[in-house]
Amino acid sequence: MLALPPQQAIPMAHGALPLLYTFHFYLFGLIAVGSALLFVTRKSPVAAALWLVNTMFCLAALFVLLDAQFIGALQVIVYAGAIMVVFLFVIMLLNLGQSPPADIRGIWWKIAAGAVGIAILAQVAAVIRAKTPATLTLPVGFAANQVASTGAVAPVAGPLFNDYLLAFEITSILLLAAIVGAVVVGRQRGEDLAR
Amino acid sequence: MLAEALFFSAVLFAIGVFGVLIRRNAIIVFMCVELMLNAVNLTFVAFAQAYGTAGQVFVFFVMTVAAAEAAVGLAIIIALFRHRPTVDLKNINLLKG
Amino acid sequence: MHSLLFAAAALQSAHPLDGTAAKWLWLVPLLPLLGFAINGLLSIAAAYRPGPTDPSGGAAHGSDESHAGQGEGHDDAGKHAHHEIPRHRYAGLTSVVGPGVLVLAFILSAMIFVAMRNAGGGAIEHPFIQRYFSWMPVGDLQIDAAFQLDQLSMLMVLVVTGVGALIHVFSVGYMRDDPGYPRYFSYLNLFVFFMLLLVLGANYPIMFIGWEGVGLCSYLLIGFWFSEKANADAGKKAFIVNRIGDFGFLIAMFLLFANIGALDFQGVAAGTKALAAGGPVVTAICLFLFLGCAGKSAQIPLYIWLPDAMAGPTPVSALIHAATMVTAGVYLIARSSMLFSLAPVAELVVVLIGALTAIFAASIGLKQWDIKKVLAYSTVSQLGYMFVGVGSGAYVAGMFHLATHAFFKALLFLGSGSVIYAMHAAYHHTHNQDDAQDMRNMGGLRRHLPITFVLMWIATLAIAGIPPLAGFFSKDEILGALFARAQGSTIAQAHLFGIPGTVWLYFAWTLALGAALMTAVYMTRMMLYTFHGPNRTGDAERPYLKESPWVMTGPLVVLAALTVAGGWLNLPEFAPLGPVGGLDRWLEPVVGEATKRVIGGAAPVAAGLELGLVAVAVLIAAAGIAIAVTRLDPKSLVPKSRSPQEEGFEKVLVNKYYVDEIYDDAIVKPVVATSRDLLWRGIDAGLIDGLGVNGAGKLTRFVGWVGSQFQSGQLGTYAWVLAIGVLAVLGAVTMR
Repeated sequence: MLALPPQQAIPMAHGALPLLYTFHFYLFGLIAVGSALLFVTRKSPVAAALWLVNTMFCLAALFVLLDAQFIGALQVIVYAGAIMVVFLFVIMLLNLGQSPPADIRGIWWKIAAGAVGIAILAQVAAVIRAKTPATLTLPVGFAANQVASTGAVAPVAGPLFNDYLLAFEITSILLLAAIVGAVVVGRQRGEDLAR
Repeated sequence: MLAEALFFSAVLFAIGVFGVLIRRNAIIVFMCVELMLNAVNLTFVAFAQAYGTAGQVFVFFVMTVAAAEAAVGLAIIIALFRHRPTVDLKNINLLKG
Repeated sequence: MHSLLFAAAALQSAHPLDGTAAKWLWLVPLLPLLGFAINGLLSIAAAYRPGPTDPSGGAAHGSDESHAGQGEGHDDAGKHAHHEIPRHRYAGLTSVVGPGVLVLAFILSAMIFVAMRNAGGGAIEHPFIQRYFSWMPVGDLQIDAAFQLDQLSMLMVLVVTGVGALIHVFSVGYMRDDPGYPRYFSYLNLFVFFMLLLVLGANYPIMFIGWEGVGLCSYLLIGFWFSEKANADAGKKAFIVNRIGDFGFLIAMFLLFANIGALDFQGVAAGTKALAAGGPVVTAICLFLFLGCAGKSAQIPLYIWLPDAMAGPTPVSALIHAATMVTAGVYLIARSSMLFSLAPVAELVVVLIGALTAIFAASIGLKQWDIKKVLAYSTVSQLGYMFVGVGSGAYVAGMFHLATHAFFKALLFLGSGSVIYAMHAAYHHTHNQDDAQDMRNMGGLRRHLPITFVLMWIATLAIAGIPPLAGFFSKDEILGALFARAQGSTIAQAHLFGIPGTVWLYFAWTLALGAALMTAVYMTRMMLYTFHGPNRTGDAERPYLKESPWVMTGPLVVLAALTVAGGWLNLPEFAPLGPVGGLDRWLEPVVGEATKRVIGGAAPVAAGLELGLVAVAVLIAAAGIAIAVTRLDPKSLVPKSRSPQEEGFEKVLVNKYYVDEIYDDAIVKPVVATSRDLLWRGIDAGLIDGLGVNGAGKLTRFVGWVGSQFQSGQLGTYAWVLAIGVLAVLGAVTMR
């Protein structure tokens, strides 16, 4: 494998992060949230899909900021570049693009769903506040140092092909099954063609 | 940044839930589910930064499974659409009773 | 109480009756039970083959059609001129088995009686108890299946088997053409079995079995010709009214067990010493026992079933409703003398109700036209006399009247059966639909049924109280005892509703005298209208009226002899025609102590006063007969179909003071309405069925419906449920 030359680790002070870093983090985070909100409220499926793509881009940026560059690249390539493209293909295929009927439920639904969402948020927030054991926490900057020393792919590839090899193999079988299933379910039947 | 990332993830997840409950278009509901998965991915990555790269491995798997699920799910929707030319969830109620 | 039983057993081990014929005591009730089984099997066996079959009681000669015109639903057999009615297939065997077991039982009872006399008779202090097995050992309650033979039960056994045997023989002739011949005898035998259980039982529960059993057989026999609804209704009425009394008996047993702890007669006698004399407990027990007697022995207010019971065959009326079953109440009080003598208030109630019943029923009997109804009301009246006797503490007098009444009332009923038999035969020949039991259709029958005529006059004189026939002695003893108690006794010292007992007792005495007068009047009236004067049966029927065969008149003769000689059982001191006070001495060990307790140390009535009272009684009897003879004119009667309606007070008497109608409106209709509307429609159908049974079903369906509402098939709904579930789980985790 071609390994990138080890780069100079970005010097991080204990507990203090560069302002630029923090600014970008919040920027991408807020754009992600805003895009998501816009995504769920668009009437047109195409517009909604595109807003979701935007959300995914922002998430990819966040991944990079969180020292998961490889995952960030994967996010763009696989998620935004493949999965969302498939979505758009289907939307176009079913000709749902222009003037779709309004499919957002009524105001009471919105209020109720909003309440549920806020409730879930609250509960998750409560979980987040819980303290984790000190033995699990890594020293600050550990992930960044890892990336600096071994490159972005190695921290993922190492565990993937060693500890989680079985899961990896099973996932490949899962993909095979999905491909076969998608082809079988999605193919044109005889009677449909006759119509 | 762990707490902030987790917070964003929670908000995105809640928005995803909101979207699932609010929309009647099957494809859009599906996309909201993808949004929720993305939020979870963010959580994993945030934890990976704090507790070890096993988190990123999980993200890898989540993406794989999401891809497989998207493929099959959209195939189903296409098959449904062929049966009845609608993707509105209120018409897809043969499971009634 | 175990110690008492053991004590009794220890005493019993040296009983004078041990090793005598008394050891066959168990065979006496078993013989009629055997007869029941055999006759019952014969009846069932006949039902499987073609031939004259039950139960219509008339399929063979179509009595349903030919008797449709009779309003009261009674139905007797008779001979056809056109064709011989075929007898039952097993009639011959039944005629031997049915009366045979009774005759054997009587012979055995007589042997035991002789053994008892030889062992000392009235000197035997303790009863002879034969214990067969432990029946109900439940905690503190120890009830054995045991028979008790003492002088009182011996007397009853003799009366039951003796009179019963005579009536069985009579029935051979009376029921000879009935298609239900073996069924009749099986029921009759079963009745005697239960009656013997009643009188021989050594404890109240065994007695209660007999009590209920005779009620059952009464129902079966009253409704013997049940294809006519009126007969079945009469049977039901008898049973239901009896049940009301049985409830009283049961409550009394419960109270006995709760307060004394024993239910056998020996144990109760020992335990009564623990009870407060005149206290509320013993009074309550006695009153509830008397409720049972009022039902079984037809006293006010539960006498209503007995006149209707005349719907059964006449020998049944003779046996059950004259001689034996209805006397069970009197026997119960005599048997419970140790309890009653401790409760003067209860005894006062018994005397009063007995006296009221006596005069009430006698007044109704004055205006009845059906010959059997006259006798029925006469029975009710005489039972009232018996209760006056045992109620005033003169237990011997009451039992004496029970025995003599059995003789002459059975004679009267069988005699009337003879008359009805002849009338039916005559009507069958001419296919007449008239009432064969109505006295207005009779008259002048002394020329046609001379033997019956003479024998019935003997019985009539006896019941009126003419010396030296049996009824005079027994009635007179009761009246004398009542008067003596009124002058001084524990009863006289008691108070009822604030009025002293003395006043009540004198009042009862006058009522009893009035009833005696009316008895003489209506019995003479019955004889006049039936046997004297011109014959109103009809010219076509008259040639067919003839005397009954010997199988029927034979028992009548025996009963007449007993009626004449019955008074010798307990002759009073002023008429020493033979051994004086035989029954007094015979029953002394059983009721002597209780009688003394009631008398309470009062001086006996002076001999002169006693003779005066006797003279008054005889005068009243004679006056009654004279009134009837002079004021009633049989020639003025017309047959029933042309008789005018009664008016005024006569109408009230004929309709028996409308008591049945009053009961119907006041009690029956509200109970039926409550049962139907509240209990049936409201609670049973509405609450239990509707709410409970159907409701459970509806609830289940509702729950299922609610559940099915969640399965809308809408993905949106499922998503919602998912979200709520997530919230719940998260909440459970976070909100710890």
